[in-house]
Amino acid sequence: MTEIGLGHYLTLGAVIFSIGVIGIFLNRKNIIVILMSIELILLAVNINLVSFSIFLGDLTGQVFTLFILTVAAAEAAIGLAIIVVYYRNAGTIRVEEIDKLKG
Amino acid sequence: MIAHAIFFYVFSIIAVISAIMVTVSKNTVHSVFFLILDFISISCLFIMIGAEFLGMIMLIVYVGAVAVLFLFVVMMLNVAQQKNQWFNSKENSGHIPIGLIISTIIFFELIIVIGGWKFKPELSESSATQVSNEISNTHSLGQVLYTDYVHVFQISGMILLIAMIGAIVLTFRQRAGVKTQSYLKQISRERSEGIEVLEVPSNKGVKIDD
Repeated sequence: MTEIGLGHYLTLGAVIFSIGVIGIFLNRKNIIVILMSIELILLAVNINLVSFSIFLGDLTGQVFTLFILTVAAAEAAIGLAIIVVYYRNAGTIRVEEIDKLKG
Repeated sequence: MIAHAIFFYVFSIIAVISAIMVTVSKNTVHSVFFLILDFISISCLFIMIGAEFLGMIMLIVYVGAVAVLFLFVVMMLNVAQQKNQWFNSKENSGHIPIGLIISTIIFFELIIVIGGWKFKPELSESSATQVSNEISNTHSLGQVLYTDYVHVFQISGMILLIAMIGAIVLTFRQRAGVKTQSYLKQISRERSEGIEVLEVPSNKGVKIDD
């Protein structure tokens, strides 16, 4: 219990990943919360990479975490820009009202 | 070791609770604040287990940039007060049980993988970039980042540049009726288009149309 190993960190990553997936599925409010859930998922991935890197003594995991951070920031910027443009055109970003692409 | 355990449990419980609050919070602004809390506690965990540089970068990039970006967009779009409609029976299309089932399955799959996971003992000796105890985390990251991973580093810079251009192009719009100065038009004016000399007939005047 008091010995914190790799498994504890991986479990924390798994919990946060699952919460992110739940957030994507259950959200009926607006798309911004879905983007935040995607950020949570990327955060869980980062936790996994960093804990493997530390506990295996290999720096590569931390380097890739840095790149995931970069991609996450780019993704958030582009996603929010798309949301702003969509809100300007359609006047809503509620998830159930975004149905222009439905068949 | 006991302090390590105490700090791990404190930070991870805060992280999990704030992750749940990001998902279930009624107000989107509160979701953003809980996201910030989540990032802060995870970066404390990173600093605690010895990845100080990544912890600090997480603070700068996520809390300083991404979360503020989210906050700006949430406040700009006026969606903060939209009520949460998880349990609205009229629009309920069965997404709640499906989402819960899929997330639970994913969680237990990850737990199974974590429980039955082993690595070869010679794995850490064979790795190219060892974690060294003599130099600091930032120093060793810099040593591999600018040598072994320099191309990936530059590509990530290109990704950021393209993201910046894309965000600007997407949200840029030309508004009608905005009076702006056109410097090129101003400095390229000539005398011939600026003034016109007219013969004015007496008692009639001239009609100037512009």
